[in-house]
Amino acid sequence: MIESAAAFDVRDYLRQEMMPHFLCPGCGHGIALRALLWALHELHIDKDRLAVVSGIGCAGRLSAYIDANTFHVTHGRPLAFATGLALARPDLTVVVITGDGDCLAIGGNHMIHACRRNLKLTCLMLNNEVYGMTGGQVSPTTSETRITTTTPWGNAEPHFDACALATAAGAGFVGREVTHHVPKLKELIKAGLEHPGFAFIEVMSDCTEIFGRKNELGSSPEMMLRQKSEIRPEAYRDTVDTPFRPKRLATGVLSRSERPEYGAAYRAHTKAVRAAGKGEA
Amino acid sequence: MNLAVGSAIQRSRLRLLSGNHACALGAIAAGCRFFAGYPITPSSEIAERMARELPKVDGVFIQMEDEIASLAAVIGASMGGVKAMTATSGPGFSLKQENLGYAAATEIPCVIVNVMRGGPSTGMPTRPAQGDLMQARWGSHGDYPVVVLTPASALEIYQQSVRAFEIAEVCRVPVILLYDQAVAQLTETVDLPDSESAARVERKWASGPRAAFQPYAAGVDGVPAMPRPGAGYRCHTTGLIHGESGFPTQAPEAVERNLTRLLTKLDQHRSRIDAWQALHCEDADVLVVALGISARAAARAVATCRERGVRAGLFRPITLWPFPEDALRQAAASARAVLVPELNAGQLRLEVERILGAEVAVAGLNRIDGNPIDPADIACRIVALAHPCASAKGIADTSARRGVTPR
Repeated sequence: MIESAAAFDVRDYLRQEMMPHFLCPGCGHGIALRALLWALHELHIDKDRLAVVSGIGCAGRLSAYIDANTFHVTHGRPLAFATGLALARPDLTVVVITGDGDCLAIGGNHMIHACRRNLKLTCLMLNNEVYGMTGGQVSPTTSETRITTTTPWGNAEPHFDACALATAAGAGFVGREVTHHVPKLKELIKAGLEHPGFAFIEVMSDCTEIFGRKNELGSSPEMMLRQKSEIRPEAYRDTVDTPFRPKRLATGVLSRSERPEYGAAYRAHTKAVRAAGKGEA
Repeated sequence: MNLAVGSAIQRSRLRLLSGNHACALGAIAAGCRFFAGYPITPSSEIAERMARELPKVDGVFIQMEDEIASLAAVIGASMGGVKAMTATSGPGFSLKQENLGYAAATEIPCVIVNVMRGGPSTGMPTRPAQGDLMQARWGSHGDYPVVVLTPASALEIYQQSVRAFEIAEVCRVPVILLYDQAVAQLTETVDLPDSESAARVERKWASGPRAAFQPYAAGVDGVPAMPRPGAGYRCHTTGLIHGESGFPTQAPEAVERNLTRLLTKLDQHRSRIDAWQALHCEDADVLVVALGISARAAARAVATCRERGVRAGLFRPITLWPFPEDALRQAAASARAVLVPELNAGQLRLEVERILGAEVAVAGLNRIDGNPIDPADIACRIVALAHPCASAKGIADTSARRGVTPR
């Protein structure tokens, strides 16, 4: 692991003309980006054949920094754009970067149907529990009682467990990791990229400047240490029995199934239609 | 059986087709190999036909989870270099507006069919209307370029479906195929053009050096060459205002330069884009301007009036946006009055008034009860406009009975 880490130079995968990046000091998204690029490096994925589709929000801006074919699309829709791209171009590796609001609120419909179809896509949902770019509003993953600009007296709404949702909706691969454990995060993303079907990966990422400050969660290192103390790997099914996330989060590969990958299944199906000469005029 | 006759029938391309089926076949002939859609009346036959046809030509059909996702997937496929189309109707067209603006801003070719049904809101799903003329041009936020084609028959839907892809690819612009429920579901005999001989227009793809490639630096034709994913350019595409590099910018000069290029790029392609039909306009005292099913009624009305010695003419925009302004002015040169019959409260009339209003009075004939306009109603109004003091002898005025509300 250390050897491959030495061989990996993140600058080979970044558009250096785009630096400095726009992320706040202490933001976990840069760590997640690095882990993704590291995983791509270790899998020898050709940058020319890599397409990254991202939505709107802090997570959505990451695609611009990646030296690949990158598409920064409309809010909540990256999975729908990526579905078209991946079906039209099965030769490309298609990665989706989205946030908790982008993926689970405005894009929730696309998320569950992407899971259901099980098309070969790797979806990284960076969960920082807040709409950071718009100034810190409540999101579908904001924990109960947390303070945001639209929950000034504390959040009263229950929040989603994105991984439970993805599993229930049929995603072939579901995993979660925290930005504190970078090599583990990289390994999880690698496993997702290697999975033949739809891979949903939730990355617990800290928003220190807005969410952390508002909720008095301390400095960036303090928030990261909280990830270590509060989020411990546990057997998934022992801890989750509702769509809502427990305080103690399961991490790692949470579910994996060998359901047929949709793109290949569609191509085989239509090939059979052509071979049978069906529907000739 | 006479074999010669038999083979002649076999070679014949005569088909009994509805407008929606003709639309799907035109798209396939134009090289469309990706369709994403969502069921909605009265456009669903397009999706159904595409679902049958695309597997035969190694294309992809997908029914998405909603209208928004359908256009998103279409743009995604086109980003990958595949000609792509979606089809919808009123409510679905409203839902597609944000992604339509995205396609216009990022200059990703796509074709969007909007079969117009009665509106507003859920409206009258099975009834014809022409209430989306302005939405088709201005429905998404901000200023953006778009081309809207308005065919009036099954054959013309086929032809304009082919042309929609040509314009979309060459100009890198979303093209909307806009027609009403009446022509969408009217089944007619169509003499299909030879699809194999149809010259397929291809997008301008980037070629040449990869280093320092500027994906939004346009040549003299105003249309930038598109980098194909996999060809080694590794470019960025964003709905944020971007400079020639493709990356976001807020530098005022770069914003203005790039937006100006985007908003004016169609100007030099007008000879390819513009299309209209002018019928008996040379000496017309009364000019009728109409499109879709209303234009077919108007053509009958013009013929009736001509038989009775009333000099009527018809101008029918086939390209609605950008409006063929010069052609309309020319067609209206001799007109003393202009009549705009349409299935809405007066949308086409607004544009006709903008163009001709200073020279000639523009009257409307608007029907919003979910039925097409009767040719007799149009003829009656033509005669009244031609002879303001005389009654329309021989042409029954049925507008009062039918609840037509002339403006």
